[in-house]
Amino acid sequence: MSKDKTLGETLQERGVSRRSFLKFCATTASMMALPPAMIPVIAATLEKLRRPSVIWLSFQECTGCTESLTRSHSATIEDLIFNTISLDYHHTLQAASGSAAEQAREEAMQENYGNYILVVDGSIPGENNGYSTIAGISNKDMLLEVAAGAAAIVAVGSCAAFGGLPHADPNPTGAVSVSDLIKDKPIVNVPGCPPIPAVITGVLVQFLTFGLPELDQLGRPAAFYGNSIHDRCYRRPFYDKGLFANSFDDEGAKKGWCLFKLGCKGPTTYNACATTKWNDGTSFPIEAGHPCLGCSEPDFWDAGGFYKALSIPTEDIGKTAVYAGTAGLIAGAALGASLRARKQSAVKNHERVTIDDLDEES
Amino acid sequence: MTANGMPAPGFAASAPCAPATGNLVPLMHEIRHALTRWLEQGEKRVIDLRSIPLAPGEEDRLLEQLGEGEVTARLSIQGPSDIIETRYPGVWLVTHYDENESIMGRFIEVCEVPGILTSQADDIRAGLERLKDQLSNAETTA
Repeated sequence: MSKDKTLGETLQERGVSRRSFLKFCATTASMMALPPAMIPVIAATLEKLRRPSVIWLSFQECTGCTESLTRSHSATIEDLIFNTISLDYHHTLQAASGSAAEQAREEAMQENYGNYILVVDGSIPGENNGYSTIAGISNKDMLLEVAAGAAAIVAVGSCAAFGGLPHADPNPTGAVSVSDLIKDKPIVNVPGCPPIPAVITGVLVQFLTFGLPELDQLGRPAAFYGNSIHDRCYRRPFYDKGLFANSFDDEGAKKGWCLFKLGCKGPTTYNACATTKWNDGTSFPIEAGHPCLGCSEPDFWDAGGFYKALSIPTEDIGKTAVYAGTAGLIAGAALGASLRARKQSAVKNHERVTIDDLDEES
Repeated sequence: MTANGMPAPGFAASAPCAPATGNLVPLMHEIRHALTRWLEQGEKRVIDLRSIPLAPGEEDRLLEQLGEGEVTARLSIQGPSDIIETRYPGVWLVTHYDENESIMGRFIEVCEVPGILTSQADDIRAGLERLKDQLSNAETTA
């Protein structure tokens, strides 16, 4: 597809029917968690879209984010690459290698200076530039150089957004996030380890369709990170009733009760797993019987243990159904007004407990 | 029995002991309100099922409750799409699949006919051009 032609013109030339385009717009709206009423707006905007250049840089990462992206089934990577964006540089996906690859990056930067989108996965070593280099260029130098000509930056994965695993204690490389180094460009954080495939593509399409999305205080798009896992979890009614699994093979676990006592970080984790789900919308960790690890939150590796329950009040949790999260009290929408005073009291008294403590308490 | 000969469904919010969000009954009421609004004001309503938390098995129970009515259509557009009128006229289940038949999106539409089922003006225009070309070629070769 030529960069000069609009998406609408290109689809028409290829004989793609209007129905097909409307189907793409409907599934894109669903993927972006937008109300169906927005489908005509998406259609009108995408039709006029000219493909922007995208440069994708990978630093201290495990390629999990790219692996995730390539498994996007709704607005597939093929749709994105061939119809919506011009992916001009990506180590893993591009055919070119060595100096030819770097030349492609430089040409894309020159041709689209000030207008291209920079996508970054992986954190950047801050202590010693030698920890991670590409074609002899340190990650930090490459990021600063490419970011200078970018219209906006999308930090994909918890490593690029918050430092991620490389940043975990004791952080041997002095890893930092993109926003630690870049202060003069709009940055959209798309955390997760990895992020949900449809969320990666959804954020890109949302950005291209509507510009910079509404962000939360951590720079995450509200459309995908606006609700906690807990609030959208199908096991939430069990939490409200005080019904918990106490081990992975007890009756509660078999009945699908809440995994809070097994260390679920759903109450303090904001992501779209409970609604968008994984593997073509098949399931998500809690549905598979495992607590949420909280991978889309900063420093989740150092949050005290994946199987340790969040701080809870010393009262009987089964009766009160309240808790104090690591970031303070999280107000549950379904909790009644009569519990508010008790919740405030719980915050004052909260303490961190282990799963063994909880077992004794139950 | 209902007017179209199908057995009247008894609405079960959940099977015994099955995990449940409690969202099925409110969802059916939302459909009821949407049908009323369409009759009174002609307002179309689209509900994206992906945006609603549902426990494993709840979506199947919803589809069971909605059932199948008089119209079923399959579109071949970048992968199939199934358009099914439920046992409640005006309530349509629209499911989009990709080429591998993985579900890309599922919607409940409350309207006369889902928009994607009707012929689109751009496609009619392109078809007309093809028809003209075909007739023109036929006259040339005749």
